Amino acid sequence: MDETHEKIKEFLSRFFKNHDLQPDEDIFALGFVNSLLAMQLVAFVEKEFGVSVGDEDLDLDNFRTINAIAKLVEKKRGAAA
Amino acid sequence: LNLELTAEQRAARAEFRAFVASEIAPHADRWDREEAIPAALVDELRRRRLLGSNVPEEYGGLGRDMITYGLLTEEIAKGCSSVRSLLTVHDMVAHAIHRWGSREQRERWLPLLARGEVLGALGLSEPNAGSDAKSVETVARDDGDAWVLDGRKKWTTFGQIAGLYLVLAQQDGKLTAFLVERDSPGVTVQPLKGVWGTRASMLAEIVMDGCRLPKGNLIGRPGFGLSAVVSTALEHGRYSVAWGSVGIAQACLEASQAYARERRQYGVPIADHQLVRRLLTDMIAGVRAARLLCLRAGWMRETGDPLAGGEVMIAKYFASTLATKSANDAVQIHGANGITDGYPVGRYLRDSRVTEIIEGSTQIQQINIPLFELQEF
Repeated sequence: MDETHEKIKEFLSRFFKNHDLQPDEDIFALGFVNSLLAMQLVAFVEKEFGVSVGDEDLDLDNFRTINAIAKLVEKKRGAAA
Repeated sequence: LNLELTAEQRAARAEFRAFVASEIAPHADRWDREEAIPAALVDELRRRRLLGSNVPEEYGGLGRDMITYGLLTEEIAKGCSSVRSLLTVHDMVAHAIHRWGSREQRERWLPLLARGEVLGALGLSEPNAGSDAKSVETVARDDGDAWVLDGRKKWTTFGQIAGLYLVLAQQDGKLTAFLVERDSPGVTVQPLKGVWGTRASMLAEIVMDGCRLPKGNLIGRPGFGLSAVVSTALEHGRYSVAWGSVGIAQACLEASQAYARERRQYGVPIADHQLVRRLLTDMIAGVRAARLLCLRAGWMRETGDPLAGGEVMIAKYFASTLATKSANDAVQIHGANGITDGYPVGRYLRDSRVTEIIEGSTQIQQINIPLFELQEF
């Protein structure tokens, strides 16, 4: 895992304390993920990686796994460059 | 976390305080009785750039930071909670558009909202959907080149004079948010009279009967109307109400201190009686604590902390319940005078009750705050 993946995993680990979250594991399938966590994820991505998540990114698939979030970050960084 | 205000923030607060003392507080009881604020006051709020002041400069706003915005809200609420509620709902709409609006929506609406040329209001509650926002019955139908909305929004704060409503609807079973202009075909606005808290907040029912909207008026994405768009608006509103509640509690404290020094019983000012001091102590300590929670939440929002939402809930919960207790105690300190129109504490009590109902009731906060604290899956 690269640094982006590690940071995402570290952030999510505070919510999934007793679980070693895998890069392709569906966090929504793991249990109840409320809308508060969803918005926290958006805020985390923006603050941690300095990207802007917009209405076009509102798709649960962008936040479903560590890999998906990392891919979104990569895409947003590419768009900003 | 730095809790010291900057020189700019202190200067801004002094300016807000002077404006409220001269232009708002002396008239608030009358506006309360008249169940309306005057158009001239709205003009003055516009002129002073107090509406939509968080909107970034690139969209014509002042780009006020969250702490300065909080100070503004506290000072306005100290004078009149109805005026505070105008700032709250207007800024909620601006905030949601800035956060989730398309580029076209941001470019079109934010400059108008930042200058207060259009007033925003939130169309969420309905006759059968309050706390349970998922159950809204307003329906949006895809009609080719337009969205068609049918439904009824109740308790729309400043709905009587707003020009743009952020409306939550069911679209094909998905909760979706729309920007509804007041003059859209099929929209009628019916003033709601007879409320007894924040009486001058010009509530209205917004009826949409075959209301046709351009396709571009959907904001966010279908299915994200509540979880993203309206939640973002509500978080901002909750933050605003938290500070507004501090304003009510501070007003209660100041009124009670003045009264307790002046009113004499048993040969001494009632401030010399220990049980009165106890009530004052609860207010003093409570206001300090609530303001600190608001500052913490504001700092976290300003720095984009992912955990800010929960802190806003805590601030709102604490400050709104404090406002009610402080207002109740302020009435008690004022004795019989407290239940007359001659003193503002009765209004503070009625207005404080509203802060415990709007933007997530006290009970909703009591359900959600532990969830926030124990977010483990």
